[in-house]
Amino acid sequence: MPRFARNLLFALVVIAVLYGIDYVLLNGVGSFQLTPYVARVVMLAGVAVTLAVSLNLINGYTGQFSIGHAGFMAVGAYSSAYFTVNYGERMAQALGGGLHGAFIEFFLATIIGALFAAIAGLVVGVPSLKLKGDYLAIVTLGFGQIIVVVLNNIEAVGAARGFSGIPIVKSFFWIALVAVATIAIVYNIVNSAFGRALISIREDELAAEAMGVNTTRYKVMAFVISSAMAGAAGVLFAHCFDGYLNPKSFEFLKSFEILIMVILGGLGSIVGSIIGAITLTVLPEVLREFAEYRMVIYSLLLIILMITRPQGLLGGIDPFKGWRARRAAKSRTEAEEITAEDTRHAVSVDKEGIER
Amino acid sequence: MSMRKILLLAFFVSLAVFVAGCVQKGTSDKIKIGVYMPLTGGTATFGISSTNAIRMATEEINAAGGINGKQVELFVQDTRSEAQEAATVVSKLVTQDQVHAVIGEVGSSRSIAAAPICQSNKIPMLTPSSTNPEVTQKGDYIFRSCFTDPVQGEAIAKFAANNLKVKRGALLIDKKNDYSVGLGKFIADAFRKLGGEIVIEQYYQEGESDFNGQLTSIKGSNPDVIFVPGYYTEVGLIAQQARKNGITAPLVGGDGWDSQRLYEIGGQALVGSFFSNHYSVDDPDPAVQKFVNDYKTKYGNVPDALAATAYDAARIMFDAIKRAGSTDGAAIRDALAKTANFPGITGIVTLNSERNAVKPIVMIRVDQGGKYGVADRVTPEGAVAAPGTTASPATSASPAAGASPAAATSPAATGASPATAASPASSPARTGASPATSPR
Amino acid sequence: MSASCLNSLPFFLHPSSLVSLIPVSLYGNFPLVNGISLGAIYALIALGYTMVYGVLKLINFAHGDVFMVGAFTGYYLANGLGVRAASSLMSNPEASSIGRLLSRGILGGGVAEPSLVTALIVMLLVMVICAILGVIIERFAYRPVRKYSRLTALITAIGVSLLLENGGQLVFGADPKSYPQLIAARNISLPGGVTVTNQDLIVLVIALGLMVALQFIVYRTKTGKAMRAVSFNLQSAKLMGINTDRIIAFTFALGSALAAAAGVLVAIRIPRIDPLMGILVGLKAFVAAVLGGIGNIPGAVLGGLLIGLTETMVVGYLSPTYKDAVAFAILILILLFRPTGLLGSVAQEKV
Repeated sequence: MPRFARNLLFALVVIAVLYGIDYVLLNGVGSFQLTPYVARVVMLAGVAVTLAVSLNLINGYTGQFSIGHAGFMAVGAYSSAYFTVNYGERMAQALGGGLHGAFIEFFLATIIGALFAAIAGLVVGVPSLKLKGDYLAIVTLGFGQIIVVVLNNIEAVGAARGFSGIPIVKSFFWIALVAVATIAIVYNIVNSAFGRALISIREDELAAEAMGVNTTRYKVMAFVISSAMAGAAGVLFAHCFDGYLNPKSFEFLKSFEILIMVILGGLGSIVGSIIGAITLTVLPEVLREFAEYRMVIYSLLLIILMITRPQGLLGGIDPFKGWRARRAAKSRTEAEEITAEDTRHAVSVDKEGIER
Repeated sequence: MSMRKILLLAFFVSLAVFVAGCVQKGTSDKIKIGVYMPLTGGTATFGISSTNAIRMATEEINAAGGINGKQVELFVQDTRSEAQEAATVVSKLVTQDQVHAVIGEVGSSRSIAAAPICQSNKIPMLTPSSTNPEVTQKGDYIFRSCFTDPVQGEAIAKFAANNLKVKRGALLIDKKNDYSVGLGKFIADAFRKLGGEIVIEQYYQEGESDFNGQLTSIKGSNPDVIFVPGYYTEVGLIAQQARKNGITAPLVGGDGWDSQRLYEIGGQALVGSFFSNHYSVDDPDPAVQKFVNDYKTKYGNVPDALAATAYDAARIMFDAIKRAGSTDGAAIRDALAKTANFPGITGIVTLNSERNAVKPIVMIRVDQGGKYGVADRVTPEGAVAAPGTTASPATSASPAAGASPAAATSPAATGASPATAASPASSPARTGASPATSPR
Repeated sequence: MSASCLNSLPFFLHPSSLVSLIPVSLYGNFPLVNGISLGAIYALIALGYTMVYGVLKLINFAHGDVFMVGAFTGYYLANGLGVRAASSLMSNPEASSIGRLLSRGILGGGVAEPSLVTALIVMLLVMVICAILGVIIERFAYRPVRKYSRLTALITAIGVSLLLENGGQLVFGADPKSYPQLIAARNISLPGGVTVTNQDLIVLVIALGLMVALQFIVYRTKTGKAMRAVSFNLQSAKLMGINTDRIIAFTFALGSALAAAAGVLVAIRIPRIDPLMGILVGLKAFVAAVLGGIGNIPGAVLGGLLIGLTETMVVGYLSPTYKDAVAFAILILILLFRPTGLLGSVAQEKV
């Protein structure tokens, strides 16, 4: 069967499966019923997956350090919510209302959210990705803060009181669709020439530049794509849950939560991000008894994780590849953690007792 | 390699535990009440004191034999002061733990996020201290046992205009706090309606500690009173820095001021300032003092106003369940709606047709040494004046539409200032959802 | 009063007619002293960031929280010594039993007078304690990850920061505390008709004194020379026989001590502390370090002063709402136009 048809079939199967899961989740099958609470947690996990995988593109594969991901999520959430609240409903009516009107409205909202987040990513990325070093971390941190301050002051979206009345689409299907799309996009990027350029930037930016890779351009592109997907996640966040948005939900804590999902799962591993996202959405629910100590436990875990296994659960190896590639990759696992700088030093300096 | 396997195993185990926990729980013989409060995060102090009070009320009623013979079981969840988390925990309480009723939250943004879930599942929700009018507009299963911000703002403005007799007011709002923004707006609107003028508006953010810039600007506009509808965490410092800057005008605020830490932080600078509150901790009423002493004995510190309202909310809920005679959501809802003249320690509570509480507001004056004196009691139309202050017969009936004549003031028995009834023309509780006040 | 204020600062122009509605004469605390005092505090914290970055190339996110711990340590010490907050004689129940124990005064009763000496004693004790804390953090959290990538170290730093913040909320209690008054407030009139509080002046003098002391240590002692060598090139310093581990630990101790001192100084001016107070201040101090050129010690001082001054001026002349945005605006500008900072040199990257 031609490649194209095979992919299309695959896509259709995936969509059918998602639709089935959505049905079971929200309606149950026979006597097997899941409480809306469980459905809610599953949907939250789906949004988390989108966020984690998109962050992994920039942190894991490109080796940059972005810690303001929640800011782009906020941009996507608020811009799409503004659209649906002020124009969407009217538009849906104009298109004849009903299911397909809602479908188009929501689809447009997602596009708008992703678009605005992408623009934000461009604005933030261009000046800071020109620089080598930790500057992106600083700027994204600052951006995350600024976005919250700005949103707290825009009356049109409720400012500090929050934005309510957002039309709700309680659908796992949409969330899953966006999540699957994100995974597919990132997977395809990673296994393409674009992705190899990104990895080369992560391994040794200077060498990549020397080899003719326009590092700034690639970094910005990855950043913009990553931000767009975060924006899409924001759209889901705004529309699939409570119909209410508050700038407080997008503070640094949220960026940190996404970051820890990626780190736990392993930088540079898509499956790892998925697992990390699901674990860190479900685990707090399971451990509700210890809610008070949650943050302390998280930070301790993070420190211990960094000391003992900084590559996370599945870091360094991408299980999507075949086992042969995995075998070959395994020997590189430790080395991948050491940046080019350290590698150069390790090689150039006497191994006896000076390095490591 | 084994580490990885362990971690993956942990992942799947946690998933399994989670799914297993989703099995619907069987019916129990207890009355299950869900409580969702911010036990961590920015408003943790309020959540903790509210939860303590609710626990105390529950223990009291269980010791007295429960409700209609059944014991009450509390399911307490932490919202982390976040709206989305509030919705998640309420979803768990209502659909997973299958509680019969819900009490919470402190912050309006969280109550607004969680209310639709209670509404759609037909489980009654009672908030003890969310003051944004939008909360109870979410549906007829949502109730509130405290005053709303329009009412509070009006009381504050009236106090300034009529008691302090000032015309020029400054407004200092916490821009990041939806409570402060909303209340500030209502104060401003009411003050202007009474002929006053807001000469300057300044903003700060919760967590800030340096207000000299804002205070300097305020001083330049020379107001006679400064409205500070924020949380005690900043108000104490604001008062101190205001005095340091040479501002002598009194500060007037809302129930967010109430905490024993207020005077600790603000000290002498606060003497002579006022705030509206649900009750006064120094109220000699024996019921109030019993509550204060019991709370202090059990938890080690003096209860703040939010603990008091939470205590009342719990008891109102228990009373409604008792009257309903069943744990059916609709029955409890109807019983709650009929709540009238409930003797709470924060005043006599009646829930009106918008499911908001109509009860007296106390204007507290901060006296020397941090004592709270009652400067005035405001009794909105339809409410019953606090016990110990005499009310005329016209106001003790259940709320009637239309104006009620101003009650005659009589010598107060408690030594507090005589009760004044709100004039009928300006009773916001009657006006329903006015468009200007529904925040977007 | 207004005329003499305006005359003494001819280069501060009123930006717009709106602003001129605020009479300068009504400033209780003259903004210049205010701004420099604030800037000195940012500088103290920025120094810690810059020194650690110099030797380890690590942005120590937890530094702002050491500042917070310093403030709290001072709080418990002062209470333990019996210095009571003048504003309240009420008991001060804490959230946890540890907190209660500390605040009731394990050092015995007696009421110490608020005075300069008391303040200095408290500050020195706090500096020692937090220096030890800094060394502990370095030893157990940062040293094990030194062999890994910078990203890993950064994440560890974030972890430590969150641990301190949330741990602080658990141990100290989430609600804000009011600081015992270490120095009684008095107004001082300076020539020119300007009034400042003695607190501002003392804070300024102490901060400057600390910075001078640091200057001495870094540029006139052997250890300081070793620090500079390590920040220039770690490998070469090792080859020269410098015990880099010890020097790094010393750097952390020094930086943490300064941050802790800043914590006490801040609490003298504004007597309210809470476990999350380090976040914003730490961020701004970090921007100050970047502004001056990260890794550059005089740069940190310059950056701190500039940010402090600019912030005060914006609050006074424009609007207090954008106070926090000032630091970030400066950050963006500096990254756009001069990323190495004002005093930083462009690093040559060898291939």
